[in-house]
Amino acid sequence: MNATPDSQTAPGNASRPAAGADVLLRGQNITRRWGGLLALNAVNVELTRGSVHAVIGTNGAGKSTLINILSGELAPSAGQVELLGQDVTHWQQPRRARAGLGRSYQRNTIYPSFSVLENCRLAAQAAYQRPWHWWQSAARCPHSGAIAEDVVARSGLGDLRALAAGLLSHGQKRQLEIAMCLATRPQVLLLDEPLAGMGAEETERMLAMLAELKSAHAILLVEHDMDAVFRIADRVTVMVNGSVLACDTPAAIRGNAQVRTAYLGEPE
Amino acid sequence: MRYSRHAFVAACFLLLALFPLVAGSYGMDFATKIMIYALFALSLELLVGHTGLVCFGQTAFFGIGAFATVLLSSDTAPSSIAWLLPACMAAAAGYALLVGALSLRTRGVYFIMVTLAFAQMAYYVAHDTPLGGGTDGIYLTLKPVLGTLLDLDQARTLYGFTLACLVLVFGGLALLKRSRFGHALAGIRVNEQRMRATGFSTYPYKLAAFTVSGAIAGLAGFLFAVKDGFVNPEMLSWHLSGAVLIMIILGGIGHLRGALVGAFAFALLQELFKSEALFGALAKHWHLGLGLAIIASVVLLPRGLVGLPGQLRARLLGSPQAKEV
Repeated sequence: MNATPDSQTAPGNASRPAAGADVLLRGQNITRRWGGLLALNAVNVELTRGSVHAVIGTNGAGKSTLINILSGELAPSAGQVELLGQDVTHWQQPRRARAGLGRSYQRNTIYPSFSVLENCRLAAQAAYQRPWHWWQSAARCPHSGAIAEDVVARSGLGDLRALAAGLLSHGQKRQLEIAMCLATRPQVLLLDEPLAGMGAEETERMLAMLAELKSAHAILLVEHDMDAVFRIADRVTVMVNGSVLACDTPAAIRGNAQVRTAYLGEPE
Repeated sequence: MRYSRHAFVAACFLLLALFPLVAGSYGMDFATKIMIYALFALSLELLVGHTGLVCFGQTAFFGIGAFATVLLSSDTAPSSIAWLLPACMAAAAGYALLVGALSLRTRGVYFIMVTLAFAQMAYYVAHDTPLGGGTDGIYLTLKPVLGTLLDLDQARTLYGFTLACLVLVFGGLALLKRSRFGHALAGIRVNEQRMRATGFSTYPYKLAAFTVSGAIAGLAGFLFAVKDGFVNPEMLSWHLSGAVLIMIILGGIGHLRGALVGAFAFALLQELFKSEALFGALAKHWHLGLGLAIIASVVLLPRGLVGLPGQLRARLLGSPQAKEV
């Protein structure tokens, strides 16, 4: 992600992925107004395969609005979104999801009465919708069944596959959220506070999972856990009041005086 | 748990199949009426319990199925079930498709009000135009037949045909709930936003469910018109939409057998409170007794009558209520 030119940490290449990088998602000049309130101000985004791009900022900075616009849940007031080289600005959210964009939410959005496996199988079914198969038993669909088994195992929930999802611990529910995202076979992952409410052990498990996913996906991570962000992110964007304050490597962000004053609360 | 549920449903259908052996004509007629209500309740259960769409205009599809039966039937020779029944269901499904296409663009209380408005439109068409016969209604002169195989003018034949329809619809909906389509509908009920984020365009799924539900309500309307040999605008009134909603609440929302049990419970409670032998002069005010009984059941049985065994188990054994998946 990079900022508008006047707000970048280091104008030019510093805020952009390396030349020739595999850019999977690109947002240009994304702006969102709510009446007189400017929630997002000409934000630019570039997510590349094999990298985790974290977005940090105080509440109300525009992080979730940005994810909502990139995923198609919300239309931008201005700007353009490109997914895998295609202009998807006017695509509905389901179409973007089928094209390879997965997202998770701050709150748990699992289906509590379904088992862990059924949750993933339903998500996998989305990528394999065939009207002439609508009558087929959900449990007997070999395509979505195989994907569901795979993602349940990869997310570390294999032993709990038959358990009703509503009975999982909070951390396991967050893992299931990610597993459901993966079941749609996305190339880009937009993760909204996946570590929220997790204990230390659960956080470690989730970070290990994200590190494993990184090689095959472009990941946008909105997160408040700064230790986790600085451990896993390849790039960090700091947002304040809908604008990008800085965008750089974690080390550079740590040393940025503006960021320390505006977000980390340290005196200049 | 699952086997006991299957056994319960199988026992209900078996009892219904054996009922004509012991019942008189009143009993047969009453049981036929309840089975038609059960079909009607199943149509709404698909929307409310399985898809999470609280439709308050279901009576329109029921009434259109009933009116189509009378309007399409010939006065000179009995019409064939082979074309009349599909035509009535198609008429109801067609109106459901139209209503659904527009109303499913709204949510929550607006959806409830829009579906109610469409039902009221159908009511006034039947009530205020020569098409529906006004308040007097219209009569079905000759009841439909299927060659020499079925003559629905015979009470016993109509009973068997209605039971067969009920079993088929119940079985079909049970299969639908397990299908890919049914799982998608269940996902929409729990969290539509998540379904869209996963890649499901939810509108066509909801519209398909709405249309199927309308067709089933049309089937119930067809049977009701054939049973009574008469239709009037009251079959399209919103009171009936309320009654069928109460049936599924009474039985237990989210369960097909809840619609079945709820229809029976509702009809039996209605008969109970109408009984002058039991309530004397108060029987005139049977609505009051029925209303109080429904309030009591909602308070005491939050999961409906089908949740009663679980509640009793929890109370007697102190174990948590089983969570149904």
